[in-house]
Amino acid sequence: MLITDSGNNTTDNSAVNPHHWVSRYADYLYTYAVLRINDDDLSRDLVQETFLAALEQMQNFKGISTEKTWLTAILKNKIMDVYRSRSKGLVKGVKSINPDGIDTGFFDDDTGHWNDQHRPANMGIEQADAVENKEFQQILTACMNKLPDLWRAVFSMKHIDDESTEMICSELKLSSSNFWVIVHRSKINLRSCLQKNWI
Amino acid sequence: MKELSEAELKKIDYNCRKATFLIEKQQIANITQTEKMELKIHLAGCSICVTFMQQSAVINQMARKLFDPDSGALKLAKGFKEQLQKQINSQLL
Repeated sequence: MLITDSGNNTTDNSAVNPHHWVSRYADYLYTYAVLRINDDDLSRDLVQETFLAALEQMQNFKGISTEKTWLTAILKNKIMDVYRSRSKGLVKGVKSINPDGIDTGFFDDDTGHWNDQHRPANMGIEQADAVENKEFQQILTACMNKLPDLWRAVFSMKHIDDESTEMICSELKLSSSNFWVIVHRSKINLRSCLQKNWI
Repeated sequence: MKELSEAELKKIDYNCRKATFLIEKQQIANITQTEKMELKIHLAGCSICVTFMQQSAVINQMARKLFDPDSGALKLAKGFKEQLQKQINSQLL
C-alpha cells in the first residue's frame, strides 16, 4: 500500500480498498463495458483486466478522483483498444464512400429528397418524455447493436461519453470528413430502425 | 452575401440529404453562416426534416440516459465475482 510522509492526504490512501472492489464496482464496470462494446464475455474479461491493472497501478492513484472514477478510466482505455482493433479494416470501407453519395436508399439520388419508405414520420417521441419509455429504450439498444462496430464506436464516444471530435478521429484513425459521414449515416439508420420497430 | 438564384434555392429546398447532414453536424460542431442559412431555408419548407431534427435530438438524449451504467441492471454471476475477489486478494498478499 502507498505510504506517504505527509499527513495531508491520509484520507486519499484509505480511499483505495481492493478488498471491496468486486462488491462495489464489478457490476457497474461490467454494465459500462457491455453497453459500449455489446459483448458479454469480452466485457467480463475487461472487468477482470481492469482490476488487475488497477492493482499494479495503485501507487499512481492520487486520490484526486474517486476510486470508482479511477477504475472507470482504466476500463475506458481498454474499451478504446477494443474500438481500435475492431475498426481496423472497417475504415478502409468508409474511405471509398463519397461523402455525398449516401447510397443506402434513404434519399433520392438525383434530388436528395427523402425516398418514400424512409421518410421520417411522427413517432410520438418528439417530446423528450418518451425517454422514460422502457420499451422504446429496448428498441433503441437493439437498433444501436445493428450498427457496424465502427459507427457504434463513434456514436458511443460522441453521444454517450461526450468525447471531442479530434480525440475520436485520432483514436479511431478517421479523417474529419469520414467522421461526419459516419455521424450522419449512423443517425439516419438508427432513426429509421426506430421508426420501423416502434410504429 | 450574394442572392441565391432560383435554381440554387430549389436545390436547397429539395436536398434533404444535405439538410440532415447539417442537422447532425450542428448538434456537435459549428456550421458556417451560409450553411446555417441553407438549413433555415430548407427547414422552413420541409416539415419532414423538422421531424427528423426533433427525433434526432431525442435519440441523443435517450442514448445518454440509457447508457448511464448507474441506471443499468446488468449483474455479473456470483461465482465469477467470488473468484475475481479471491484473485485480487491473492495479489495483495
